[in-house]
Amino acid sequence: MKHEKMLMLFVLMGLFILAFIVLTLANMIITQITLDFSGLIDTARDSMVWRSIWLTLYTAFLATVIAFIFGVPLAYVLARKDFFGKGLIEGIVDVPVVVPHTVAGIALLTVFGAHGLIGAPLASYVKFVDALPGIVVAMLFVSTPFLINSAREGFQSVDPRLENVARTLGASRWRAFYKITFPLAFRHVLVGAVMSFARAVSEFGAVVVIAYYPMIAPTLIYERYISYGLSASRPVAVLLILVCLTIFITLRTIAGVRRDDRD
Amino acid sequence: MIEIKELNRNWREFSLTNINLDIKEGEYFVVLGPTGAGKTLLLELIAGFYHPDRGEIWIDDENVTSLPPEERRMGFVYQDYSLFPHLTVGENIEFGLRLKKISESDMRRRTKEIGDLLNISHLFHRSPRTLSGGEQQKVALARAIVIEPSVLLLDEPLSALDARTRDVLREELRKIHREAEITTVHVTHDQTEAMFLADRIGVLMGGEIAQVGTPGEIFNAPINERVAEFVGVENIIEGVVESNEDGVAGININGHRIEAVSAYSVGDRVRVCLRPEDVTLAFSRERSSARNSFKGRITQMVPLGALTRVKVDCGFPLMALVTKRSVEDLGLRKGDEIIASFKAIAIHLIR
Repeated sequence: MKHEKMLMLFVLMGLFILAFIVLTLANMIITQITLDFSGLIDTARDSMVWRSIWLTLYTAFLATVIAFIFGVPLAYVLARKDFFGKGLIEGIVDVPVVVPHTVAGIALLTVFGAHGLIGAPLASYVKFVDALPGIVVAMLFVSTPFLINSAREGFQSVDPRLENVARTLGASRWRAFYKITFPLAFRHVLVGAVMSFARAVSEFGAVVVIAYYPMIAPTLIYERYISYGLSASRPVAVLLILVCLTIFITLRTIAGVRRDDRD
Repeated sequence: MIEIKELNRNWREFSLTNINLDIKEGEYFVVLGPTGAGKTLLLELIAGFYHPDRGEIWIDDENVTSLPPEERRMGFVYQDYSLFPHLTVGENIEFGLRLKKISESDMRRRTKEIGDLLNISHLFHRSPRTLSGGEQQKVALARAIVIEPSVLLLDEPLSALDARTRDVLREELRKIHREAEITTVHVTHDQTEAMFLADRIGVLMGGEIAQVGTPGEIFNAPINERVAEFVGVENIIEGVVESNEDGVAGININGHRIEAVSAYSVGDRVRVCLRPEDVTLAFSRERSSARNSFKGRITQMVPLGALTRVKVDCGFPLMALVTKRSVEDLGLRKGDEIIASFKAIAIHLIR
């Protein structure tokens, strides 16, 4: 009986933190709908709002794709190989999580700015500051750890002996990877990509430093809040959260359905 | 067929030192050794998952030392089956065939043949996770054999199974080896398994091959004390040869005389190796052909299921293994005075 009392207590404590998250978001959405529904309708007709939401999703998607292309191989190496300095590499992967995002923005601006280490030689081809590539690099910087860490966990959960067996059966390293290891780690990679994408969509601090324009949704919300106050910014926030939740729930459902295949 | 020359490899806490083996075409070769001896590492080196630090591996007169596993044509079965969990049983078995670019009908035929041979055709549509251990191991075997490998490598294939399934699968392994005539290297710590299956055994201890021979040679004539101990020779007693007439040596052990069939000459210091199951116990001295017979006292009795291990003090310690039935029939008890006998031919002498 004792441990059931403990469980009850744990459930209550858990409910507290859940209520904190749900109440905050639900209250904003409900307040908007009940007190200022027409404001929400007006915002939904505002093409500038939709452009910024679309830009946010598009740039976040690009950042996730880049994180996937370069992060998955790194995750595989970290999962499979032991080498000198591996701890350092793993630390570097986590750095973007601990760096304040405005700091990340300043650093990115320094590197990708017109006179920066990377920005200068590329100046005649790509412009980062106040441009789409700037948004993407800012999102990429803050979101990669989620994809890499989740994918690494996924690859670690696949017994390397499965690859060994596949190879004795005639599969090359490549084939063993895409026929055996990747499918078995897929759910982890997908969850990592979803988290990475979500993190990119929600990024504000780093983006606003390197690319205030074109405005992604978080920047637009901030700008409207500063210029016109809560009533102007809240409907945009509500729209963004509804779009994000829809995407997030859909992707989680896809990842969740596949869970049965794995564990 | 498989020639291993001066193979050396260090890997984590394991190391292999100067391994030399010559495994013949069609042979069932068992690498027998205690846990941590480096058995799996040796098998994985043969398969090509790792490269040796030094030495070479030759298959059919071809040096394969630097070939990747996919070019070595070897079937590999791990102790824990290692079936691909996201594929069905049928897809698991077809995995290697699909990489071979053979016709669909050929593939169906070979998959069916192997399914019938191992009696697992009814499982083809199932997921590996729904199978019992024995079934999973059969599937793993089928998957390895269906590609018609030149060598079959088995890493403790029976160790994870319950006793009954193990017996069945052991029989199955022998059948497969006979029918498919695949050169097989089987790694295990289980002596019964080795004795039952092996044409020849290589004893691997501490990363080195201590002895290679037929099961008879290994179990009856271990080359040194370490091998003797490992293969279950529980009586290893030091003595000195004091006579040798017509190949029957008389050995002095603490003032007791043991007769053994041996070529050692007078004055040689030897160790007398005697398996506990070769010792018989009785309450009276009977006329028998056993050349060695000693009066002693039972100092310890350890029941081991159907058998009981009896320790007798005859002036030197002697271990006997007798059935539980004999213990009951004779009414053996600790402290009893007893006569322990064994034949001169049951003794193997080592230096």
